[in-house]
Amino acid sequence: MSGTNGQSQHNGQSQHNGQSQHNGQSQQSQSGTLNLTLRIWRQDGPDAKGGFVTFDAPGVSEDMSFLELLDIINERLIDEGGVPIEFDHDCREGICGTCSLMINGRAHGHEVATTTCQLHMRKFSDGDVITVEPFRAKAFPVVRDLVVDRSSFDRIIEAGGYISVNTGAVGDANLTPVPKEASDTSFDAAACIGCGACVAACPNSAAQLFTSAKLAHLNLIPQGQPQRWERTESMVETMEQFFGSCTNHGECTEACPKEISLDFIAFMNRDYVKAKIKNRKLAGQN
Amino acid sequence: MVMNGVLDARVPDGTMANKWTDHKFSMKLVNPNNKRRFEIIVVGTGLAGASAAASLSELGYRVKAFTFHDSPRRAHSIAAQGGINAAKNYTNDGDSVHRLFYDTVKGGDYRSREANVHRLAEVSLNIIDQCAAQGVPFAREYGGLLDNRSFGGAQVSRTFYARGQTGQQLLLGAYQALAKQVAAGGVELYTRTEMLDLITKDGRACGIVTRDLVSGEIEAHTAHAVVLATGGYGNVYYLSTNAMACNVTAAWRAHRRGAFFANACYTQIHPTCIPASDEFQSKLTLMSESLRNDGRIWVPSQMDDARPAGQIPEPERDYYLERKYPAFGNLVPRDVASRNAKTVVDQGKGVGPLRNGVYLDFSEVIGREGKDAVAAKYGNLFDMYERITGENPYAGPMRIYPATHYTMGGLWVDYHLMTTVPGCYSIGEANFSDHGANRLGASALMQGLADGYFVLPYTIGDDLAARLGEPVVPTDDPVCSQAVAEVTDATERFLSIGGTRSVDWFHRELGKIVWDYIGMERTSAGLEKALSEIPALEAEFWADLRVPGSGANLNQSLEKAGRVADFFELATLMARDALVREESCGGHFRAEHQTPEGEAQRDDENFAHVAAWEWHDTDTVQTRHTEELSFDEVALTQRSYK
Ligand SMILES: Cc1cc2nc3c(=O)[nH]c(=O)nc-3n(C[C@H](O)[C@H](O)[C@H](O)COP(=O)(O)OP(=O)(O)OC[C@H]3O[C@@H](n4cnc5c(N)ncnc54)[C@H](O)[C@@H]3O)c2cc1C
Ligand code: SF4
Ligand code: FES
Repeated sequence: MSGTNGQSQHNGQSQHNGQSQHNGQSQQSQSGTLNLTLRIWRQDGPDAKGGFVTFDAPGVSEDMSFLELLDIINERLIDEGGVPIEFDHDCREGICGTCSLMINGRAHGHEVATTTCQLHMRKFSDGDVITVEPFRAKAFPVVRDLVVDRSSFDRIIEAGGYISVNTGAVGDANLTPVPKEASDTSFDAAACIGCGACVAACPNSAAQLFTSAKLAHLNLIPQGQPQRWERTESMVETMEQFFGSCTNHGECTEACPKEISLDFIAFMNRDYVKAKIKNRKLAGQN
Repeated sequence: MVMNGVLDARVPDGTMANKWTDHKFSMKLVNPNNKRRFEIIVVGTGLAGASAAASLSELGYRVKAFTFHDSPRRAHSIAAQGGINAAKNYTNDGDSVHRLFYDTVKGGDYRSREANVHRLAEVSLNIIDQCAAQGVPFAREYGGLLDNRSFGGAQVSRTFYARGQTGQQLLLGAYQALAKQVAAGGVELYTRTEMLDLITKDGRACGIVTRDLVSGEIEAHTAHAVVLATGGYGNVYYLSTNAMACNVTAAWRAHRRGAFFANACYTQIHPTCIPASDEFQSKLTLMSESLRNDGRIWVPSQMDDARPAGQIPEPERDYYLERKYPAFGNLVPRDVASRNAKTVVDQGKGVGPLRNGVYLDFSEVIGREGKDAVAAKYGNLFDMYERITGENPYAGPMRIYPATHYTMGGLWVDYHLMTTVPGCYSIGEANFSDHGANRLGASALMQGLADGYFVLPYTIGDDLAARLGEPVVPTDDPVCSQAVAEVTDATERFLSIGGTRSVDWFHRELGKIVWDYIGMERTSAGLEKALSEIPALEAEFWADLRVPGSGANLNQSLEKAGRVADFFELATLMARDALVREESCGGHFRAEHQTPEGEAQRDDENFAHVAAWEWHDTDTVQTRHTEELSFDEVALTQRSYK
């Protein structure tokens, strides 16, 4: 993105050693550039009315990540006396689950198994018009611009997404072997990064994929058995307080950057039915 | 603590093997019913903070936990890939508490406190038990028992791991333990809330000032003790493997309120990261160290060789690590590998479009073992590399270059993990404690969890026991209103400068100076230069910064402004600390102090100490205090990897 701000003029001026990791303009990247148009959602606060604002983005390097493109647009906005676009991000490595964004109507964009921070501009074409919106769901209210509040996920975890072992109250780890298969499947579920793309992609804004991943991680292993039924009932019912209901569209797993499987939803549904029966029995109601 | 002007680390007497056990017995206890009469603030909910907040709450203390993230699960700890060490000796290959202790002291290049390191090795055993019981899905063998691997050149297999996401899985364990306590009402959790000052009364920490990042509200919170678990300061370099929001602010504000800052110049540069692709690069991605087990590192023998890797014939390649270190080859320690990469790139032999990398070549192992075998070992890393660079590492070599990864320096703490401000503790990467001048792979996760689960919950009680019945300072006390007013003014100041340059611009420029002069190799001339360039840029920052928007809602520019302001002061201290330390040790390499073979040359006679800096005011240079280190168990030797 050339000549749009004071930033780029300064690149060549660096007086420091040439081997700097921040290289100056003298050595241009060989890869190509794109001219893009972005329509970005701006909204001042939770109750403010939002709308799209259009930005031209000429000369975007293909090696840039999507969030680096937003960085540049923000730099330019600041230079021009505007207010930068707020968006959530942190690790930029696809693991913290902080980044979000609906890009052309897809949660985290069109690349499979990829978070927005790992989406690179070489996946777009010259001349593209890209629409950028926040994750939309009743349970994820907009905080500002592209930032949403996903704390409803924390409420689901607080409802039972843990194993109650106080610090120090346990024996040697190898006294509880975990069959490798159970361990591996549990891990597949535990890989969820809590980003909320599944909710954003779902026509009903349901959180079944997230909840089932968190629940299956614990319900599948021996350590998770003592609280299994209590956990299941509580997590599912807390989820239902915030989120819509699942009608098996499968959009969630398509959007999920960690490719969490729909099988976990089936697992959760089975466990929920069992939990209802067992918990009633335990409470002496049967 | 500081006693009569002398730093007292409060290391207990007794033999090394028994110190911690005996000390646990001799520390004062708070009776279970009285614990709820104490309030503790924990700032930071990464591995260290979440484990501490959960454990303290389980004990019965009333805990308030703060994070600027929207959820504890997002802390930078989540990004750790490789694993966590523990002296379990499950593999029966000769590991022991003593060996882990020994390796850590030696790996730290003899600049850590032996007693702390020994305790760390001892409690490493409990960490694995705790995490496994929480359901952390560590890798397992077919028999269902835990699997281990050797990591970072260790001679025993003591690293526990969870695919490439050990940090995420451990953090989820600690976060879930915290969530359990939040649900039980034992922890009050404040998310998207940033600590901007430490409040002290009569020399003792009594609370913090926070800003609600969504509403902009600035307020005071008070307690009997404050724990800072706010992570490392690697982002002072702008480009690093740290998450974007990692910063030094909480530790730095505590420093300005009296907490000594130790060994600021000890920073770790990781050798295998993906090089920057352009000026707008925002962070660097780590490629696991394990790649060096099979990849061969080389550059063209000739300068400015623009041919693609495949067209450079064998005799015109320089496998410089294999050539210089025949015994260790590509597996030399992180600092040695990093420095050598810098040397060849500085010589003009760098590769890639920006000539800012070296090759990490897998063609030999692919030829020997086949593509499938290599994919089975490294498939996910290769995919990640391709996603970021658009290049296929099965077809040609990867390009790598060192990047800042971890900071060993931090707030000085004693054996109780208390800073020099009584009542203020620091745990995890935020403190300086256990890694000396160089951290070993898979030891940061261990230290964060050791501090949070198994050390602080004991030591804090000893201090609090004497204060039973003391009320918490009320939030309308003058010390609180004063601190709130100061933070409010500082916030207003950023918004009112009205200059022309963004915070990121200043951060990037600062990063260049820090990287060039306080990076992999330091010289007195370079450090002097840094000491003149940093203040000059800092003055420009205060005159020409532009922070748009207001302080009354979410404003990430404003958040960053405060963090970068602190980075300027920290960078100055790093340069000063590096300049005074006239030796090379671990991550601190002073070009003037090297062996004839070009290796780090320590000066144990004059520098076997911790440097802990005391703040006075903005216009006065900090005072350098020292804590002498004695090596009673691990004899001082020179590292050699030839
Ligand atoms: C890419 C990468 C890979 C790594 N791999 C490994 C590995 O394999 N093994 C290993 O042992 N180590 C590894 N490390 C190092 C290790 O991950 C970190 O040192 C460790 O996780 C730090 O934990 P922490 O709890 O101290 O801090 P963090 O996890 O950084 O947490 C800091 C917390 O403090 C909060 N915070 C900070 N400032 C404030 C403030 N002012 N107000 C409110 N809240 C605040 C944040 O919100 C966050 O909750 C790796 C590091 C990186 C960068
Ligand atoms: S299930 Fe997938 S999409 Fe949903 S929160 Fe987890 S990682 Fe994100
Ligand atoms: S920023 Fe962490 S997953 Fe994208």
